[in-house]
Amino acid sequence: MAVLPAERDLRRVIGDADGTGDREVDGLGEQELLELYRSMVLLRTYDERSLVYHRQGRIGTYAIFWNHEAMQAGVVHALDDEDWIFPSYRESAIGLLRGMPPATVLSWWRGHPAGWWNPEDYNVASISVPIATHVPHAAGLAWGKKLKGERACAVAFFGDGATSEGSFHEGANLAAVTGAPLLLLCNNNQWAISTPLEAQTHAETLADKAIGYGMPGVRVDGTDVLACYEAAREAVARGRAGDGPTFIEALSYRTAPHATADDPRAYIDLERVEEERKRECVGRFEGYLRRAGILHDDLVDSIRTEAAEALRAGIAAAEAEPLADVSLLFEHAYVDPPASFGSDLAELRRTLG
Amino acid sequence: MAELSIVEAINDAFHVELERDPSVMVLGEDVGRAGGVFRATAGLRDKFGPDRCFDTPLAEAGILGSAVGLCMAGWRPVCEMQYDAFSYPCLDQLITHVGRYRWRTGGKMAFPLVVRMPYGGGVRAPELHDDSPETYYVHTPGVKVAIPSTPSDAKGILAAAIRDPDPVVVLEPKLHYRTLKGEVPEGEHVVPLGKARLAREGDDVTLVAYGSMVPLCERVAAALEDVSVEVLDIRTLKPLDEDALLASAAKTGRVVIVQEAPRVCGFAAELAAILAEKAILDLRGPVLRVTGYDVPYPYWQIEDAYMPSVERVTAAVRKLLDF
Repeated sequence: MAVLPAERDLRRVIGDADGTGDREVDGLGEQELLELYRSMVLLRTYDERSLVYHRQGRIGTYAIFWNHEAMQAGVVHALDDEDWIFPSYRESAIGLLRGMPPATVLSWWRGHPAGWWNPEDYNVASISVPIATHVPHAAGLAWGKKLKGERACAVAFFGDGATSEGSFHEGANLAAVTGAPLLLLCNNNQWAISTPLEAQTHAETLADKAIGYGMPGVRVDGTDVLACYEAAREAVARGRAGDGPTFIEALSYRTAPHATADDPRAYIDLERVEEERKRECVGRFEGYLRRAGILHDDLVDSIRTEAAEALRAGIAAAEAEPLADVSLLFEHAYVDPPASFGSDLAELRRTLG
Repeated sequence: MAELSIVEAINDAFHVELERDPSVMVLGEDVGRAGGVFRATAGLRDKFGPDRCFDTPLAEAGILGSAVGLCMAGWRPVCEMQYDAFSYPCLDQLITHVGRYRWRTGGKMAFPLVVRMPYGGGVRAPELHDDSPETYYVHTPGVKVAIPSTPSDAKGILAAAIRDPDPVVVLEPKLHYRTLKGEVPEGEHVVPLGKARLAREGDDVTLVAYGSMVPLCERVAAALEDVSVEVLDIRTLKPLDEDALLASAAKTGRVVIVQEAPRVCGFAAELAAILAEKAILDLRGPVLRVTGYDVPYPYWQIEDAYMPSVERVTAAVRKLLDF
């Protein structure tokens, strides 16, 4: 299959605030649309509460994903449960959309082992902290599933800065060569901590990178959940049909600090941030659903209340986790640990008294 | 038993293990069509198909990174790094993921992968075909490291690594790939990880080595007619067979450790530290090291001066006996 030059125009489904340009997505009924909305509100609530919990000293350093809920929810809804998600730290709570309890992700940010989930329980890989190094993992999983004759796909989430990493290149190329059913989802929020996109690449668009790998490069409005959903669904269908990986550039703008330890006032254009915040992705989708007559005040309230309660219960459960025993230092590193672990632990216990 | 070279023994192990377990697959640069630049994987592609002996793009981090995903999909990948010093890009994956992923899942997932590579100098090769990088691997938590020195161990240790539930790095002495032959058991043959091998028994001094330095130590032992030399082949650097090390130190009271890697923070330093901590009252003199120097591996016309030699090891033995 020939690969066309990457797209320039952003794909959109949700129109302007007055409804100009609104489209419908085939196959998405009222229930599916509301599920998408529920997912976005859950992620938004998780993110906003996490910032509060951090300020209160209840979780550690936290990577904010405010205004990135659309691409996360849109993509996950385009997957089947058997498909694997490989998140970066920016998608730390994406497992919530696969039924992972908020307490698990909150525990991860609390540095507590209750935040160690079993990837096989949710088909959600562990959070990758180093940039782009999980892209080859996703490529390997998708390739490995294909070799076994299974239909599962994989999606790797990463940022614009990750496209400069060697691991991104090696993973993308390997996926293309093996025809792996992989969706490379690039969250182009135009900032890598303080480095703007123009200092990251001389390419006109990040989607342009795709052609070098012989895969389609798609550009979507990353704050348009339906455009993200539609593009991801298409990519997954390609993958399942044996046509290999797809690169999706989801364009957005980082309207929050990189993480709680960052102060973007030193480098970012605050007026632009304010503008972008007015077009944030949950509100845009809410407007779309209201225009379509699917969403109304009572439903919005009940969905938000449900999410807020999930987070209240989540932080309570995370804080109720007992401190782990020191033996955990030595558990889990190996299936078959070296003998020295036993004597090290015994010595540690003696010194702890 | 068959008389095989080290590289033939490795190839034999592959044929046996891929036949035994359909989830074992080999990936690396030139491993398929060519059968590996040293032919360690010869015949696998023809016998087991291109999916189970896969020629990858040139991407060492991508090879090991994709192996992590392959494990998650139920495979047992064996990754070939074409040369020791070409393996460094894969350290990124090894350190940030391979050694940590099981821990990160709270022990729920296993990553039964193997990274293997020819290592070491003395082969008159261009730059960066000669390194002894074992310390980088040993220093990484969550992985095991083994270095065989004989054809029989090369087969048995690779089989053990393939069957091991944890990630294992195997360094193979390329100097002796084809120059050292020995009896190798046919069919399934497993040498357990974590067990040293007493290559030669002696009473006066112990030479501790692994990989390509073992035959060198055996030559020293054979040449020293007036000294009874014991040679301990460590075989597995991690987990280490401390009991064998301490037993030999207790027996002879004199230990010389030989490695071809640079000296500072090399594996010999770790062995010496263990002896200092646990064998001090058994020792009749200092633990000595004979190692490569703390310089880039040299141009091959002068590489013999870099490598531990019979003369340097013999001098260390004499020095210790005279202490």
